[in-house]
Amino acid sequence: MKEEIIIAGFGGQGVLSMGKILAYSGVMQDLEVSWMPSYGPEMRGGTANVTVILSDSRISSPILHEFDTAIILNQQSMDKFEEQVKPGGILLYDGNGITRHPERKDINIYRVDAAEEAAKMHSTKTFNMIVLGAYLKINEVVKMDNVLKGLKSSLPERHHHLLPLNEKAITRGMEIVSEVEV
Amino acid sequence: MKELKLMKGNEAIAEAAIRCGTDGYFGYPITPQSEIMETLMAQQPWNTTGMVVLQAESEVASINMVYGGAGCGKKVMTSSSSPGVSLMQEGLSYMAGCELPCVVVNVVRGGPGLGTIQPAQSDYFQSVKGGGHGDYKLITLAPASVQEMADFVELAFELAFKYRNPALILSDGVIGQMMEKVELQPQQPRMTEEELIEKYGSWATTGKTADRERNIITSVELASEEMEAFNYKLQAKYKAVEENEVRYENYMCDDAEYLLVAYGSSARICQKSVEIAREKGIKAGLLRPITLFPFPTKPIQDIAKHVKGILSVEMSAGQMVEDVKLAVNGSVSVEHFGRFGGIIPSPDEVVKALESNFIEG
Repeated sequence: MKEEIIIAGFGGQGVLSMGKILAYSGVMQDLEVSWMPSYGPEMRGGTANVTVILSDSRISSPILHEFDTAIILNQQSMDKFEEQVKPGGILLYDGNGITRHPERKDINIYRVDAAEEAAKMHSTKTFNMIVLGAYLKINEVVKMDNVLKGLKSSLPERHHHLLPLNEKAITRGMEIVSEVEV
Repeated sequence: MKELKLMKGNEAIAEAAIRCGTDGYFGYPITPQSEIMETLMAQQPWNTTGMVVLQAESEVASINMVYGGAGCGKKVMTSSSSPGVSLMQEGLSYMAGCELPCVVVNVVRGGPGLGTIQPAQSDYFQSVKGGGHGDYKLITLAPASVQEMADFVELAFELAFKYRNPALILSDGVIGQMMEKVELQPQQPRMTEEELIEKYGSWATTGKTADRERNIITSVELASEEMEAFNYKLQAKYKAVEENEVRYENYMCDDAEYLLVAYGSSARICQKSVEIAREKGIKAGLLRPITLFPFPTKPIQDIAKHVKGILSVEMSAGQMVEDVKLAVNGSVSVEHFGRFGGIIPSPDEVVKALESNFIEG
């Protein structure tokens, strides 16, 4: 088993921390993991992306130019990463702010309106967990109990009271994700 | 008990430094390695092991604090990234000239000048060919994973003390910033003065006791004959390092027809390139130097006997390729492929370079 994932969006959307939770969940499931951020002068509002690899064998390159799954959270990332999904792979995106929707017919496309849902939940910060839930529904790379364990170890203890809210957001994401026919 | 954690390469350096009983860290922040000092400051080891962590006023000050600490026989280290490490070259030359141990971590970014903050491997020459003035070498280790970032701190200290010479961990922004699983060693106590003397001899300036001669640490010697004799001694030491300390890793080299040579993050990328090439029916293998000085000359020579071509892959304009060429001495064609200035090559690009250099036409 090997899953190569790119998560891309704006800085401040929780792209890096979503990747971190996924990576931690992988550790809990006894997988090999790598988490490679696009670090740089990016900050809130700029672009941010992270490559996460989960594998049951040794991971070679942490840097990739082709992915099993692309989780795309803004238009710039759509323009850049839609073409980098392997044929037969997964593209999951949030429709918010997307002006040109994905067009490829050789991949599986899913949409989750996480920004909208987070607003409904009165907690915009749960956005990335809704997206994570949507992804786990499509592809259960890590089991839910390992995700919860991963969430717990990646969050500092002072934020542990937020664990139930995050779990709720993950569940909500699982419920609202839908496949898109191109 | 060993602990399994998920952390960045930079954080692993800091955690390992505390756990292997480092006496002092002196540094100045610079991207992409600032997490090293940040982690040390957050851990506050001065409250537990007594390790000193100090933010100096500059890189020049950092390396001179290291110089002073090393002169007292302490396990001391610093870390920086390319422009900062350039500033440390004078201090490193002095420490090599004084035969003092220390560990320096360079998390390389693109240059020259202030360059970029993105990863590069363009400090190879500076690292393995001396860097500062005079005939000296740095024992240079090139980690390719977060685990090796942790493990090489203690290894670098061991080698530095064994040979009484500065040791360098040559990393880059990829290995520094990425997170992987890492197994940390249990906490070791810091070395006492008695243990230092027992293990490595009495050379440190710790205060003269009645029963021994004065220890003098200096790199100046105005009599040329004496200076030449000292240089012979240094060269004999570097020869011993070359004979005893070469470390490398082979990946699918046994039946390889084409050899990739790459270190650090490039080696990780090339491992994937080997997989891609093999799927295409190209028998590629990878030799990953773990020590860059001493360079794995002999292992490359051995593999060169049965390959049709060697591609040296670096995030530079072509530096290590010169050592690969020296190793094979014309017996087989050696080419270079690299991206630089902060651009990281993709595994596919490497395979294409292999094909265009050796297979097509």
